[in-house]
Amino acid sequence: MSATPEPTGSVDAAALAAGGVVLETAEMVAPERDFAVGIGEDLVEVKNLTMKFGGLVAMDDVSFTIKRGEILGLIGPNGAGKTTCFNAMTGVYKPTSGEVLLEGRLLNGMKQHKITRAGLARTFQNIRLFGEMTALENVVVGLDARHKTSVVGALLRLPRHVREEHNAIERGMALLDFVGIGHQAATLSRHLPYGSQRRLEIARALATDPKVLCLDEPAAGFNPAEKEELMALIRTIRDDGYTVLLIEHDMKLVMGVTDRIVVLEFGKKIADGKPHDIREDPRVISAYLGEPEDDFA
Amino acid sequence: MSMVDGPKPFSTAKSEQKTANMESAGVPPGSSGAVPRPNRKFGSWSDRWREMPRQKQWLILIPVVILAFLLPVINPPLISTEPGNDWPLACQAMAIFALVAVGLNIVIGYAGLLDLGYIAFFAVGSYTAAMLTSPDSAFIKIPYLWTIPVAIAVSMFVGVLLGLPTLRLRGDYLAIVTLGFGEIVRILATLIPAMKGQPGFQNVGHPPGIGADGIPIFANSNGTPWYWLTLVILIIVLFLVGNLERSRVGRAWIAIREDEDAAETMGVPTFKYKVWAFALGAGVGGLAGSLMGGQVGFVNNQKFDVVTSILFVAAVVLGGSGNKVGAILGGALVAYIPLRFTAIAEYKFLIFGLALVVIMIYRSQGLLPARQRLLAYGTAAYAAVRRRGSANPSAAGGSGTGGGAHTSSSTPAHRAEGEQA
Ligand SMILES: Nc1ncnc2c1ncn2[C@@H]1O[C@H](COP(=O)(O)OP(=O)(O)OP(=O)(O)O)[C@@H](O)[C@H]1O
Ligand SMILES: [Mg+2]
Repeated sequence: MSATPEPTGSVDAAALAAGGVVLETAEMVAPERDFAVGIGEDLVEVKNLTMKFGGLVAMDDVSFTIKRGEILGLIGPNGAGKTTCFNAMTGVYKPTSGEVLLEGRLLNGMKQHKITRAGLARTFQNIRLFGEMTALENVVVGLDARHKTSVVGALLRLPRHVREEHNAIERGMALLDFVGIGHQAATLSRHLPYGSQRRLEIARALATDPKVLCLDEPAAGFNPAEKEELMALIRTIRDDGYTVLLIEHDMKLVMGVTDRIVVLEFGKKIADGKPHDIREDPRVISAYLGEPEDDFA
Repeated sequence: MSMVDGPKPFSTAKSEQKTANMESAGVPPGSSGAVPRPNRKFGSWSDRWREMPRQKQWLILIPVVILAFLLPVINPPLISTEPGNDWPLACQAMAIFALVAVGLNIVIGYAGLLDLGYIAFFAVGSYTAAMLTSPDSAFIKIPYLWTIPVAIAVSMFVGVLLGLPTLRLRGDYLAIVTLGFGEIVRILATLIPAMKGQPGFQNVGHPPGIGADGIPIFANSNGTPWYWLTLVILIIVLFLVGNLERSRVGRAWIAIREDEDAAETMGVPTFKYKVWAFALGAGVGGLAGSLMGGQVGFVNNQKFDVVTSILFVAAVVLGGSGNKVGAILGGALVAYIPLRFTAIAEYKFLIFGLALVVIMIYRSQGLLPARQRLLAYGTAAYAAVRRRGSANPSAAGGSGTGGGAHTSSSTPAHRAEGEQA
C-alpha cells in the first residue's frame, strides 16, 4: 500500500498512521469525515435493552458498548436475539425498554432513516437489495443519504444536483471496487451471484458513511475460502477507520477477526470480553455445546 | 483483488469483442457460477436505445416528435377514427390520456403505490379551470392559461392532503383507501353549492386567439390546436419526469417500490418521498384535468367516476408500469380503441379487461417493459465498466482486501468518464 496521502482538514496523519489507518479508501468513501477522533472511546452504548414480542423475551436487559475503531463480535446460538438486537438498535423495532446511544446521542424513538444518517448502518441477514436496480444504483441509494439535493433541485437539474450525481458515480464505483464487485456495476442486483449480493449489501451500507457498520452474518452461505476473504475485507474496513459490529456464527472466524466479543444466549448477555477469554469461558462453551455443527474448540 | 494499475478506459477492437462475456468472466471465486442474462426478450429495445450515442437518439427522436405533431393533420386512413369520431379531437383525447398515464406512472410505476382514485386529481384540475373561467361560477375569473398553474398547485395540495393521512398504509390497504378519493370529489361536487352538481359549468375558458374565420382557435370542436398544446405540455412533463427519474428522487421511489423497509434503513425518508410521488402525480393529473376541462368546455359531477379511474390504472399497467414511454402508449391506446372501434365501444371495459388478462399472462411487464435509468451520468460509467471488464477480465474476481490501492488508482478514470456525459 502506498504512502498516506496528504491529510485533509483536521485529520492528524501521524495519529492515523499509528492506528494503521489507510486513508485512500476512507477518503474516497467519506471525504468529509474526521477519522482521527478518539480511537478507543465508547462510540455506541446499549443500555439495558429489553425487547419483548408478546410473551417472548427476545432480548433481556442487554448492555454493552462498542468502542470506536474496533470490530465487536456479536455471537450466540440460533434464536439468541442477535438480529433482534440489530433491529432494536436501528429503529426497526421499538425496544420495550432500555436505551441506545451513539456518541452520547439517544437513538430511541428516532425515525429509521434518521438513525442511519446519525451514523448507524446495517446489512440484512436475508439479503434485501433493490432487485430492479443495478449494483451501482443500489450503492448510490446509500450515498443519497448524505446528499442534499431537493426535489426541485433534481427537477430543474440545479448545479448541486449535477455535482452530487457526478460525485455519486465516482464514489459508488470506488465502493464497488472496494468490495470487489466493480466489474458487476451495471448488473441488476437480482441477477448478481449470491456472493456479490452479500458484498453489495456491505457496499451499500458503507455508502451511507456510517460511524458504525452493523453486519448481520455477512458470510452466511459462504465456503471457508470465501469467508476468509470476507473477513479480510471487514478488517480492511476497520483499518480504514470504521467501527464494525459483526454477527457471525462461525466461531473460528469470529475469533480471528474480532477485537472483542459479546455473547448472547436466550436473549441474555452471558459473556463480554477478548476472544481468547471468551474461548475459555465455561458458560460460552456450554451454550455452544448444544450446537453440533459448530467447530468450536 | 488483484493489484492492477487502474482500468484501461479506452477499448480496443479486441476488448470490444470480449465485452459480451465479461459479466460471466468476472464472477468471484466460489460463487454460484455465471451471471444470468436478463431474461426479457422484449426488453432489449430499451437497452439498445440506452447504449445509442446521443446524436443517434436525436436522429430517431426528432422525426418521431414531428410525426406526433403532424398526427391530427395527416389523418391517416385505416388508423383514423373518422367518420365515427372527429380525428383531431381523438388525438387530443389520446394526448390527455397519455398525460394522465405519465402522471399516474409516477405513483404506481415508480413509487409502487397503487392509487385507484387518481381521477380525483383530474377532477380537481377540471373544476379549478371551470370555476375560475366559466360564467356559471361565482368565483373571480382569470384568463384560462393562468388556470393551468393554479390547477397544478391546487391538485398538488389536494394530493398532499389526501396523502398525509393515507400513505402510512401499505399495499392493499392503500389501494382500498384511494378508491374512495374519486368518490369523495364527486360527492363533494354534488353537495357543495358552489360546485353546482349536475348542472355543472358551461363555457369553460380556453386560450386566446381568433382564427381567420372569426371562430376562436381553441374552440371546443377544434381538436388540432388543443392537441398541439397538450403535446407541448406532455413533452415538457416528460423532460421533468425524466430529470426526477435520474436523481435521488427517482432512486428513492424505486427503492421504496422494491423494498420499503430496506429503503428506510438505507436512509431514504420513505414517507416524505411517497408524499412527493403522490403530490407530483396529482399535479400532472390536475394539469391534464384542466386541459380536458378547457377543451370540452363543460364540467360537471358526472364525468369523474371510479370506472374511469380504473381505466387510468389500466393504461399504466397496459403500457408497462414504470416506463414513461409505455405509459404514453398505454394511455393513448386506452383512449383510442373505443373511439376507433365505435361498434365495440360499448364493450370497451370487457375488451380492456380481456386485454389486461392476456397481457398479464403473456407479458406481465406491460407492452413496453423498461427498466428505469436512475443515474444522471450512468451511461458513461457503465460503458467504462464494460470496457474495463473486457480489457482485463482476470482482474475482476478478487476480494476487496486490497481495496485502498485499487480504489485510488481507478478514480481518475471514473471522473473522466463522468465528465464526458
Ligand atoms: N418480529 C418478531 N416477532 C416475534 N418474535 C420474533 C420477532 N423477531 C424475532 N423474534 C424471536 O426472537 C428470537 C430471537 O430471534 P433473532 O432473529 O434475533 O435470533 P438470532 O440470534 O438472530 O438467530 P439466528 O442466528 O438464527 O439469526 C427468536 O425466538 C425469534 O423467533
Ligand atoms: Mg439473526
